[in-house]
Amino acid sequence: MSAVADAHAVDHDHHGPAKGIARWLFTTNHKDIGTMYLVFSFTMFLVGGAMAMLIRAELFEPGMQLIQPAFYNQMTTMHGLIMVFGAVMPAFVGLANWMIPLMVGAPDMALPRLNNWSFWLLVTGSLILVSTLFMDGGAPNFGWTFYAPLSTTYGPDSTTFFIFAIHILGISSIMGAINVIATIINMRAPGMTFMKMPMFVWTWLITAFLLIAVLPVLAGVVTMMLMDIHFGTAFFDAAGGGDPVLFQHVFWFFGHPEVYIMILPAFGVISQIIPAFSRKPLFGYTSMVYAVAAIAILSFLVWAHHMFTVGIPIAGELFFMYATMIIAVPTGVKIFNWISTMFRGSLTFETPMLFAIGFVVLFTVGGLSGVMLAIAPADFQYHDTYFVVAHFHYVLIPGAIYGIFAAVYYWLPKWSGRMYSEALGKTHFWLSFIGLNVAFFPMHFVGLAGMPRRYVDYPVQFANFNMISSIGAFLFGISQLLLVYIVYRAIRSGNKAPARPWDGAEGLEWTVPSPAPYHTFEQPPKVD
Amino acid sequence: MSGNQSYYVPESSIWPIVGSIGMLLLFFGFGTLLVNQSNGDPTTTAWVLFTVGALTLIYMIVGWLRDVINESRSGLYDAQMDRSFRQGMAWFIFSEVAFFAALFGALFYIRVFAVPWLGGEGAKGAANMLWEGFEAQWPLINNPDNSAFKGPDSVIGAWGLPLLNTVLLVTSSITLTLSHKALMHDKRKPAINWLALTVLLGVVFLFFQVEEYIEAYAHLNLTLDSGIYGSLFFLMTGFHGLHVLLGGIILSVILVRLIKGHFSSHDHFGYEAGAWYWHFVDVVWIILFIFVYVV
Ligand SMILES: [Cu+2]
Repeated sequence: MSAVADAHAVDHDHHGPAKGIARWLFTTNHKDIGTMYLVFSFTMFLVGGAMAMLIRAELFEPGMQLIQPAFYNQMTTMHGLIMVFGAVMPAFVGLANWMIPLMVGAPDMALPRLNNWSFWLLVTGSLILVSTLFMDGGAPNFGWTFYAPLSTTYGPDSTTFFIFAIHILGISSIMGAINVIATIINMRAPGMTFMKMPMFVWTWLITAFLLIAVLPVLAGVVTMMLMDIHFGTAFFDAAGGGDPVLFQHVFWFFGHPEVYIMILPAFGVISQIIPAFSRKPLFGYTSMVYAVAAIAILSFLVWAHHMFTVGIPIAGELFFMYATMIIAVPTGVKIFNWISTMFRGSLTFETPMLFAIGFVVLFTVGGLSGVMLAIAPADFQYHDTYFVVAHFHYVLIPGAIYGIFAAVYYWLPKWSGRMYSEALGKTHFWLSFIGLNVAFFPMHFVGLAGMPRRYVDYPVQFANFNMISSIGAFLFGISQLLLVYIVYRAIRSGNKAPARPWDGAEGLEWTVPSPAPYHTFEQPPKVD
Repeated sequence: MSGNQSYYVPESSIWPIVGSIGMLLLFFGFGTLLVNQSNGDPTTTAWVLFTVGALTLIYMIVGWLRDVINESRSGLYDAQMDRSFRQGMAWFIFSEVAFFAALFGALFYIRVFAVPWLGGEGAKGAANMLWEGFEAQWPLINNPDNSAFKGPDSVIGAWGLPLLNTVLLVTSSITLTLSHKALMHDKRKPAINWLALTVLLGVVFLFFQVEEYIEAYAHLNLTLDSGIYGSLFFLMTGFHGLHVLLGGIILSVILVRLIKGHFSSHDHFGYEAGAWYWHFVDVVWIILFIFVYVV
C-alpha cells in the first residue's frame, strides 16, 4: 500500500513532550505510554526471571540447597503471575500503543487519558502483587492457577491483596483493550478498510475482544474467592453445596483464552516480519484473518482440557478433547502461510527474522506437545508433570517472548531513530535459542518419566536432566541482560536509522521519519 | 471525518495518576481491613487508608468528568470523538455482560451439576459418599453439612417484593425511553420529568431491595453463610444492586446536566451512555428474576 504522510506540516500548534517527570506521569501520548509499558514490562520480566533463576538453582541437584519449600512455592507462584500479568500482557499492550496508531494512520489512541490510566493501574496492581512477598505469612504459594480450596481455606493472609491486585490488573487490561478496539474501529485513516489492515492490527483487534470477554470472568472468580475467605460463602466448599471444581471451570474459562491473548499479538508481529524479510507479501492474508478469528472463537470452547483428571463426566472429556484438537487446524493454516511466505522469497536473516523463524519452529514444537496433552486418556499420564511445564514454556517463550523480541528489533529503529548492532542482536538470538532448548527440552523427558511439577525436590533418577535444564535456564537468563545492553547501546551510539530501515517492510509506520515525531498523522494520511 | 478539524488529543492530565493513587490506597486499605478483622487486629489505620482512597477516587472522577464536559461544551469534540466515546461505552457494557455471565455460569453449574451430584444423581453421583443421605433440592435448604453451613429456614418468594421490583425496573426503562424520545424532539420539559421519574423508580427499587435483605437476615435466616443458595443469591442480587446504584448516580448527573441545558437532539452522547447502562441493568434484572427467584 502507498500513503502520503505529511508529518512535517503539522507541528505548528503542538508542543513537544513536557519536561521531566511530569511528562511520564501525566502524558496522553501513545508513544510515551507505549514506551512506559515496554520498559515496565521488561523490568517485570527481569523480576520474574530472577525468580525462575532461583527455582532452577534450587533444582540444580536433588535435595534441599538454597531455599525452604514454603518459599519455593511462593517463587513458582509469583514467577507465573508476574510473567503473565506483569511481563507478557503489558509488553503487547506497549507494542499496541506504539504501533497501532502508526499502522492505521491515527493521531493517537482513541481515548488518550484512559490510556494513561491503564498504564498507571498496571503499576498499581503490580505494586500490590509484589508487595505480598514482604507480608506476614509470605506471598501467595498456591501456584499461578490459585486453585481453591488451596487458595481460600489454606491460603496465606496475603491472598486478599493478591485478589485485589488481580482486580486492578484486570481493570487496567480491560480499559487498555477497550482503547485498542475503539482505535482500530474508529481511527483508521480513510481508505484503510478492515481487509487492508496489517496483521498485527487484526490480531490485536481480536485479542482485545478476548480480553474484554474473559477478564471480567477472572474478576468474578477472584471475587468469589474473596467472599469465601472473608464473608463465609460456600462457592468452593462442598459442605455448603458449592464445589471446588466450580473454581477450575470459571478460572479456565478465563485461562484458556488468556493463552491466546498472550500469543495472538505475537502471531501478528511474526506476520509483519516474515513478509518484510522475505520481500514478498504475506501468503494467504485472508485465510490468516479467518484463522485468527477461528482460534479466538474456539478458545471459548476448550477450557476443561485443563481438568481431564479432576473428574468430569466422560461426555465432557470427549467434547473438550475433540474441540481442543480442532484448534490445531487454524494454527496449522497459519504455520503453513508463514512457511509459504518464505518459500521462494529473497530471504535475509536480520535479528527480527531470526526470532521470527525461531518462533515458527519452536512454537510448532509447543503446539505439537499441546496436541499430545489434548488427548484425554494420555493426559492422565502427563497431567501435572514437567511435560506440561515443557509444553507451556515452549509456547510462551518462543511464542510470546520471541514475538516481543522480534518486534523490539524490528521497530526499535522507528522508536529510537537508531540501529542496533546486528552482530550483538544475532548473538542474543543464538544464546536465547540454545539456552531455551537446553532448559526446556529435557523437561519433556522427565515429565514423561513422571516427575511432578511444583515440587522443591525430586528423586535422584531425574538429577542429570534437571542439571542440564538448570544450565540452559541460566544461559537463557543471562543472555537477556545482553538485550538491555543492545538497546542501551543502540540508543546511545547506534547508527542513524532511515525512515524505512528494512527494504522489504510495508506499512504506514515506515512513511514517517525515524524516530517517529512526537505527534504523527494529525491529519489522516490517504490509503489507496 | 469533518475536514480540517483534527481529532482532539488532550495535552496531558493529572486525573489518571490521581485515580491510580486512589485505587492503591482504597484497595490496600480494604485488604488490610479484611485481613486485620479476621485476625482480630486493630483496623483504624486500614479505615483511614480506605476512606482517603475512596475520597481520592471520587475527587478524580469528578475532576475528570468536569474536564471532559468542559471540553465538550467548548466544542473541541468532533463526530469522530463522539464515535470513540460510543465505542468505549459499548465495550465497557460488554465487559459488564461478561462479568454477569460468569456469575450466571456459576449458578447454572451449581444447579445443574454440583448439587445433583452431591445428592447422588448423574454421572458423578458418587459424590454422595461424602455426605450420605444428603438430598439434592433447589433452593438448597438443607446443606450437605449443616453444622458447617446452617441452611436457611426458607428463601425469598418470587411473587412478592421481587415481582414488584421487576415491574418497577421495567417501568423505569419505559420512562427512560419516553424521556429520550422527548429529548430527540428537543422537548426539554418532558425529557426532564420522565428522566426524574426514572431515577425515582430506581431509588424505590433499591429501597425494596434493602428491605428484602433485612427480611432475609432477620426472619428467614437466609444469609451469606447459609450455604450455596445464600452465597449465590447475595452475590448476584448484590452486584446487580450495586449496578442499579451506579446507574442511578449516572442518571442523576445526567439529569442535572439536562436541566442545565447540556443536551440537544443532536448532541447528547453522555445521556445515551447513561441510558444504555440503565437498560443493561434492567435486562440483567429480568434474567436474574427468572433464574434466581422464579425457576
Ligand atoms: Cu487451555
